[in-house]
Amino acid sequence: MGRRRFYGGVHPEYNKDHTRELGIEEMPLPEKLVVYFTQNLGAPPRPVVEKGDEVKKGQVIAEPGGFVSAPVHAPTSGKIKSIDLYPHPVGTDMPAAVIIPDGADEWVEGCNAERDITDLDGDKIKNLIQGGGLVGMGGASFPTHVKLSPPGDKKIDLLILNGAECEPYLTADHRLMLEKPEEILEGASLFARVLGVQKVIVAIERNKPDAIEVMRKKCIEHGGFSVAALDVVYPQGAEKQLIFALTKRRVPAGGLPMDVSVLVQNVGTAFAAYEAVRYARPLVKRVVTVTGRGIVHPKNVLARVGTSFEDLVGFCGGMKDETGKVINGGPMMGVAQYSLDASVTKGTSGVVFLVRDEIPQFISDACIRCGRCLDACPMRLNPSVLSVFIERMHFDEAEEYNVLDCIECGCCAYVCPSRRPLVHHFRRAKAEIRKRPKKTG
Amino acid sequence: MADTSEGKKPKQEAAPRFLVSSSPHLHDGQSVGGIMRLVIYALLPAALFSIYVFGLSAVRVIVLSVASSVVFEMLSQRVMKRTVRIGDWSAVLTGLLLALNLPSTSPWWLVVVGSFFAIVIAKQIYGGLGYNPFNPALVGRVVLLISFPVQMTARWIAPSKWGMEAVTTATPLGRIRESLMSQGSVDLHLTQQEWIDLLIGNRAGCLGEVSIVLLLAGGIFLIAKRVISWHTPVAFIGAVWIFTGIFHLIDPMKYADPSFHVITGGLFIGAFYMATDYVTSPITGRGMLIFGVGCGLITVVIRLFGAYPEGVSFAILLMNAATPLIDRFSRPAVFGARKRKAAAGG
Repeated sequence: MGRRRFYGGVHPEYNKDHTRELGIEEMPLPEKLVVYFTQNLGAPPRPVVEKGDEVKKGQVIAEPGGFVSAPVHAPTSGKIKSIDLYPHPVGTDMPAAVIIPDGADEWVEGCNAERDITDLDGDKIKNLIQGGGLVGMGGASFPTHVKLSPPGDKKIDLLILNGAECEPYLTADHRLMLEKPEEILEGASLFARVLGVQKVIVAIERNKPDAIEVMRKKCIEHGGFSVAALDVVYPQGAEKQLIFALTKRRVPAGGLPMDVSVLVQNVGTAFAAYEAVRYARPLVKRVVTVTGRGIVHPKNVLARVGTSFEDLVGFCGGMKDETGKVINGGPMMGVAQYSLDASVTKGTSGVVFLVRDEIPQFISDACIRCGRCLDACPMRLNPSVLSVFIERMHFDEAEEYNVLDCIECGCCAYVCPSRRPLVHHFRRAKAEIRKRPKKTG
Repeated sequence: MADTSEGKKPKQEAAPRFLVSSSPHLHDGQSVGGIMRLVIYALLPAALFSIYVFGLSAVRVIVLSVASSVVFEMLSQRVMKRTVRIGDWSAVLTGLLLALNLPSTSPWWLVVVGSFFAIVIAKQIYGGLGYNPFNPALVGRVVLLISFPVQMTARWIAPSKWGMEAVTTATPLGRIRESLMSQGSVDLHLTQQEWIDLLIGNRAGCLGEVSIVLLLAGGIFLIAKRVISWHTPVAFIGAVWIFTGIFHLIDPMKYADPSFHVITGGLFIGAFYMATDYVTSPITGRGMLIFGVGCGLITVVIRLFGAYPEGVSFAILLMNAATPLIDRFSRPAVFGARKRKAAAGG
């Protein structure tokens, strides 16, 4: 088989052995759930509940704030104790509903009912997915129904199911593929029906041979489905890199996968789509890999949206004293947490606990122009010169050198011998460029 | 509509303290010091060989050059109120490279003046490692070459075991230049043994430039370790071979064999260890090819038509000056780029 990869990339220690052999464990209902109203990219949803309200499991507590938005549902039945600002795992404090479960875990009417899906048409499926509050579960949290609604002039001919899971430590998608392969493929065929696509590729890195085998067997029963084994190189699961590795199609700079007639969905999202369409279960649970040397018993946890990191730690045997960093997501792209008060969102694929002696300090010495970052950058940018521009606040030059195409994968900073916080610089430049008034002409 | 503005943040009671920083949260562990040390390891065989053929005087030059470079680095960082960064090994490497570019007969003050210009003038005054536009060791060497031509070019020692015999002689390039001046033609009829001597380094020259075989081995080690890429040395050496080859074909009486040009002078140490200096050479492969060919062309012009028998140092320094321009015109195209607009890049 040929080389299935892309330009650049790095080979970090994968550290998936903590949890790769561990089955998904459902976490018992915690004493409280903190459910953020904003859990998607795009327009923030509008809360529709108030303090003191009784809610049922699956009840909408926040309605979409626009087309590019997804509703939020109560993850269990109980009472809304308060509506308050809580530290959101991706950064600032955000409004959230604090739900005290009543223990009955009772579904709202209309949810959790099996439905015959054989004759559902695309629009109906899309509506059910939209109503289920689905977002991309690989981490970006982009509303799924929007991805499934390409403009009329964009014809999709290939659906890629992303099971690459290239982030170190994380095994949530890996376990899901082993334990729920049929459901994932059913979910994928729902996507395919919406898009009118005949060809589906399940993309998995070669370091998950068991998942590749299971999925291959299951794919035989689905016409047009196949499994592609990918080289193990980070960021293999990044959309544009994944599409290139599989099809040699290049998503244009600044463009979307649909520009090359491809749609990429995470395997977790496909599973959630199956649950939402077949059983009318909105997205209120997900698999979260709780792992790292800082956690006593690493696990793949099936956790409710709203489970606080504190409770996750409790379920996993506690946190070691040496823990120095807590990351929402994987260690290459995830967000460092300043407390355990943050809670699981629809996009939380893992929580990684690093101990102090394995945390690199990015001290930012001068760039020695070694060029390692250019070799590592999967977008073929020049992180070296970009960072120098940004240090001098030359954002125009940074834009001219395509900083907006940076996917923030972290490869450049990972290899930088001067330990320059390159991704940090690029985020700053992107924010500065986007808040500037648009130039005319 | 729920009210989200009232209420306070949840109380944090003796919360554990975590480090918060931008992603990524991993690093491959390579450091500037680690890279510099690899280059030093690659140079060690050639340095040890120079001690074998030039004896104690080679030890003296190397130790003096490295020590004075480190001291100058430390002093200037103190005076300029910068963090002292001896630990990045860059001063050691500069000192070693300078030593390897000096004759074994260099008096002590020549070495110290050279390392002063390399470290203080060429590097620290510009802002230290990463900000110097010119290769520091080469600035040191060229200052000495221009200011003290007698000490730098007139006293060469023929190699002997441990430098015991210390017979003065001329470098191979110096010899053909003399023969060209006096007889009007190059007198180059090398036996097989003489070719082998040139390759293993049994000839007069600067400390580190003589052993082509060991320099090549170190260079291949650096390429294998991905410290340097093949582009610069291949383009540089290839360009020298091709350009001198063209002249040799035109008039073999006046211009020496291209293979002779390639294995004499400081071409190998220059192409593998000096022209590949990160800070002062282009950052993309395409840029390195342009840089290497430019270095080769200038080297040939100086060797064949200039006042000096050797041109590698000048060639690299001149191309250092062109590096920002080369970088500008050899930008990698971003993944998925459409054809760049004609206006861009200006």
